[in-house]
Amino acid sequence: MENWSLFSLCVLLGLTSRWAVSFHSYSGAGKPPMFGDYEAQRHWQEVTYNLPVHEWYFNTTNNDLNYWGLDYPPLTAYHSLVCAYVAKLLNPEWVELHASRGYESHSHKLFMRATVLFTDILIYIPAVLLYCFYFCDGSSKQKVATALCILLYPGLILIDYGHFQYNSVSLGLALWGILGLGLGWDLFGSLAFTLALNYKQMELYHSLPFFCYLLGKCIKQGLIGRGFFQLAKISLTVLVTFALCWMPFLSDPKQPLQVLHRLFPFGRGLFEDKVANTWCSLNVLIKIKTLLSRETQLFLSFALTLLFILPSSLKLLSKPNLWQFKLALVNSSLAFFLFSFQVHEKSILLAAFMLPLLVKDGLLLPYVVTSLAFLFLSLYLLSHLTRTNEPLFWYFPFLVISVATFVWLEPPAKFPDLFPVLVSILSFLHFLGFIIYFNLVQLMEPQRKKSQKKTN
Amino acid sequence: TVMAAPMTNDQSWFYALALGVSFLKCLLINAYHSTDFEVHRNWLALTHSLPVSQWYYEATSEWTLDYPPLFAWFEYGLSHIACFFDKEMLVVPNLNYASPATVLFQRLSVIVADVVFFYAVKEYYNGFLFGVLLLSIARHCQNRHFEGAFLFSVLLNLKHIYLYIAPAYGIYLLRCFCFTQSNADGSLQWRSFSVVRLVILGTIVLSTFAVSFGPFIALGQLPQVLSRLFPFKRGLCHAYWAPNIWALYNIADKAFSILGVKFRLLDINKLPKASMTGGLVQEFQHSVLPSVSPLATLVCTLLSILPALFKIWHRPNGARGFLRCLVICALGSFMFGWHVHEKAIMMAILPLSLLAVDSRKDAGIFLMLSVTSHYSLFPLLFTTQELPIKIFLMLLFTIFSLASLKTLFRKGGALLNPLEVTYLLGLIPLELICEFVYPLTVWQKTFPFLPLMLTSVYCALGVTYAFIRLYISLLTCSDTTKKTKMQ
Repeated sequence: MENWSLFSLCVLLGLTSRWAVSFHSYSGAGKPPMFGDYEAQRHWQEVTYNLPVHEWYFNTTNNDLNYWGLDYPPLTAYHSLVCAYVAKLLNPEWVELHASRGYESHSHKLFMRATVLFTDILIYIPAVLLYCFYFCDGSSKQKVATALCILLYPGLILIDYGHFQYNSVSLGLALWGILGLGLGWDLFGSLAFTLALNYKQMELYHSLPFFCYLLGKCIKQGLIGRGFFQLAKISLTVLVTFALCWMPFLSDPKQPLQVLHRLFPFGRGLFEDKVANTWCSLNVLIKIKTLLSRETQLFLSFALTLLFILPSSLKLLSKPNLWQFKLALVNSSLAFFLFSFQVHEKSILLAAFMLPLLVKDGLLLPYVVTSLAFLFLSLYLLSHLTRTNEPLFWYFPFLVISVATFVWLEPPAKFPDLFPVLVSILSFLHFLGFIIYFNLVQLMEPQRKKSQKKTN
Repeated sequence: TVMAAPMTNDQSWFYALALGVSFLKCLLINAYHSTDFEVHRNWLALTHSLPVSQWYYEATSEWTLDYPPLFAWFEYGLSHIACFFDKEMLVVPNLNYASPATVLFQRLSVIVADVVFFYAVKEYYNGFLFGVLLLSIARHCQNRHFEGAFLFSVLLNLKHIYLYIAPAYGIYLLRCFCFTQSNADGSLQWRSFSVVRLVILGTIVLSTFAVSFGPFIALGQLPQVLSRLFPFKRGLCHAYWAPNIWALYNIADKAFSILGVKFRLLDINKLPKASMTGGLVQEFQHSVLPSVSPLATLVCTLLSILPALFKIWHRPNGARGFLRCLVICALGSFMFGWHVHEKAIMMAILPLSLLAVDSRKDAGIFLMLSVTSHYSLFPLLFTTQELPIKIFLMLLFTIFSLASLKTLFRKGGALLNPLEVTYLLGLIPLELICEFVYPLTVWQKTFPFLPLMLTSVYCALGVTYAFIRLYISLLTCSDTTKKTKMQ
């Protein structure tokens, strides 16, 4: 079959699964007084539409920061504003100041879901397609298979279309950034990534690789001469983008400080809920949350994150090529996830281990279906495109069984949280293994097997 | 090392596809469910809680039992499983009961029934798709005629809509099976008639009917059952006209009446109040053209399929000829039948899809018919929530069939001629107008059914075109019996 038809089929399948998942319930549906992330997004539309810019991040009589105060960078706020304008056109009740708190209706749900789909189609999906087309090795069949895998990735679909978030925007922008760098359009790449960063501060996880890659590239071109000019241009692009995004907040020095305070709430603890990272897992054995003071916790997490991220970044700095860059992205995000402060499980977006969160949202069925489909599909494709690894093959049933156990068995009364904690610890061990493995791969650069096959 | 016997490429794609479709259906469990949901819930309830003698008399709900007895037995069987999901759904007075467990059960039973579907597909050819009908066709193609006949009788007793294609079955079996041999040029050899075969076939068919209808005949309820199965009290057309001949007939009638009034040929007061586009299903009169009675539709249907039946009697073309006749019977009944539902077009499309992979002409006709009929089903899903799904799925199917058929028939030019392409592309503006533009205009309030009418008529043109082309291809096809691939 021709390429265009295969790619469009992938896109259509991706879109259909997304919309099908959106039929199910969202975070905090029917659960006053706080509801969930869905209500948060709606509330931000209400706040940005009705209040002046300088009040968005501040605690005022009209803006109660305790009720889903804005805690993402300005670009999210602007996005909410645009959505609010559309909402106002369709039904003003949706963004009525104060009165629309906890507003839930079928048509509103449709509207919100539609906004996610729209940005997905606009930003994320084209990035994925271009990435698979230009940067995947292999035959066109393999490219299409990769595109399908990425587009059907359950984690993203479930979080964005089930739970309700706009991760596709920030991830999509970051992907455009990667695309830019890959095509040699450094300025465009930096612009895209800066926008991603200004949409969700979580993209900081990817920032170090971007920085090291670009810096390394400039150094390689010679710091006296071309490299320097390139560095200057990139820095200028980044600074101007930041300035434009933060412009409304630059009039008064208190503004950016408050925004930063909202973005990085060091007032909160080391972790919340069950997260598959070091601190949560360690807490099972040693109650570090209570044992250590907050300053010590901060210092410890900072130090360990730095420790794990340094080797990979330095390697990238010395050898700025695309392959190193991709690996560094993986390593950097894993390091941040495992060791940084106040991490949310959403940060990892990995399907198999987000069960606790999704079960809370009543999303068990779509989760099971999409995960199984994804596992089956990846396994099937993997076995066709590469030589199957026996251990890998047996691994997936093990995963499925453990998931099933979690769902069907009742935990013993003494340890009501037993299963979520076990899942978290299990995942943590996986991630620890991944970060060690990928670091080794990046640092040692084993001979890459020429695994191209003559298949079409 | 190799894990297991490696599956052939085709087979593995087939399983992947089957699984994928099932997954998608699981996801869509929460989607809008039509009155069909309540219909089946009611039937589950009444078969479960009432004695057999009451099944065809029960009328608490407006959705009375109007499928043949074997389907009733099927619902009865299902109801025993339904107990485990939610007992409340089986209480007859619980009209419109729809607890989450109920919804889940209904959807799951549909999905499980699909398993039969997929099994049948596997049997037909290493890699194709569809149901008990196809299993039956498969058995015929494999020369397991008794099984094929049995399966079809079962099918007929499950859903009497398959009566549409019974003539094709009957004639084909009579001609190809009861007459064991043909002459060299394909014509009938009268002396090869086998009484034994006829008797066995007859026994199979009659005994299936006996099992299904038996209890009701014993209770003397046959007239009641038949009146439920064939309710001619309903009108010529469904509330939403199926895209068949009568849609064109209706629109012509409307056009004439408007023109007639404009040119003072008719008196507007003397014309019957046409409420054809009204929501309820009722009897109504045509204004200018003669009214159509159920008998007239029956006659038209028979006339439309007679040439095809005669053709396969005269020169049967093996499995392919049988399939072609099947398609024409289904399509003819769709075109001229009384109170046809647009879903019935599926019966023509399924066998046609089998033909499409073997012949480029059939592929073209298949594309025309399938895209048109899929579009004609759009009005059935009218909620905003389902709008993206139906558009995505339609595009998915269209691109998939187009691309795969194109790859199959790579040499020899395009599958569709420019006129056909224009017609199909015309569906896009039609959808935009009906779904997006029209609701924003003033006419939405005064003529709310105009988009439905437009859709019916536009699709009816496509369906009629496909019908004519199919007939031409049947009547002009060569008489040589080709060996099919699956010997």
